[in-house]
Amino acid sequence: MNRALLLALLSGVLFGAGLAVSGMADPARVRAFLDVMGRWDPTLGFVMAGAMLPMIVAWRIKVRLDRPLVGDNFHVPSTSKIDRKLMGGAALFGVGWGIAGLCPGPAIADLAVRPLPAALFVAAMLGGMFVNRLITSRNKLQESKHVVQQA
Amino acid sequence: MMPDYAMPLQGLIGGIMIGLAAAVMLLGVGRIAGVSGMAARAAGISGEGAPRVVAAAFVIGLPLGALLVSAVTGPIETRFPSSVLTLLVGGFVVGIGTRLGSGCTSGHGVCGVSRLSPRSLVATATFMIAGIITVTAMNFLGVTW
Repeated sequence: MNRALLLALLSGVLFGAGLAVSGMADPARVRAFLDVMGRWDPTLGFVMAGAMLPMIVAWRIKVRLDRPLVGDNFHVPSTSKIDRKLMGGAALFGVGWGIAGLCPGPAIADLAVRPLPAALFVAAMLGGMFVNRLITSRNKLQESKHVVQQA
Repeated sequence: MMPDYAMPLQGLIGGIMIGLAAAVMLLGVGRIAGVSGMAARAAGISGEGAPRVVAAAFVIGLPLGALLVSAVTGPIETRFPSSVLTLLVGGFVVGIGTRLGSGCTSGHGVCGVSRLSPRSLVATATFMIAGIITVTAMNFLGVTW
């Protein structure tokens, strides 16, 4: 079997297991972290802190490597542009996260635990991603038409 | 004081597992373990990112990992909203937002923040604040969840 596939699967399994162990598969607990004015649950803070530890080390190791274990190159975002798209998108994501108590990772992991409600959320999420793609590709098309007209 | 319903130790251990998973993805395959990007790629919605089969392998691993934990430790607590509308609206907004903002809790929150990426720091602060405002407003208005 392809080594990249095996590593990606291993990463996914470990990620999903971590979500289940940490309590983050529970939408009510995630929402309670955001409920700072009410019955606040700090657990998600510990999850974030825990996740930082291996990743801080991993970024330091990465600097010393020419390439990953499998594959020719590291594919890491290099843009540093902070614009309205980034902030507006993040704000929208935060609103949806607060509404349902779910972000993409736990929602997909929960497909194995609570198939029906998790599938409803994931289906709507993929729908939102698809709509976003339609809008962005239409905008790009209009921009290119505009450029052609100007020329 | 720590409230008795908090799970600091499980949170820390689970968090380390999540961080290790992201490290395997970065050092092993050279990719950011961002779930929204991987899900979009696996579903054929995004034209860029990891090879589609690699993204699919990662995404399929997520429920398998949760299943594994429930097999070992017993049922996992999952208190979902009772309203279908809440799930659908929440999911749809998360879908649009994560694509527009190029990431979610994993890509920006875990991978980007640990690298001190300015974009990810801003995105993470933004979605945290938006989430806090949303939950607080829903509770204030007495929205049934």
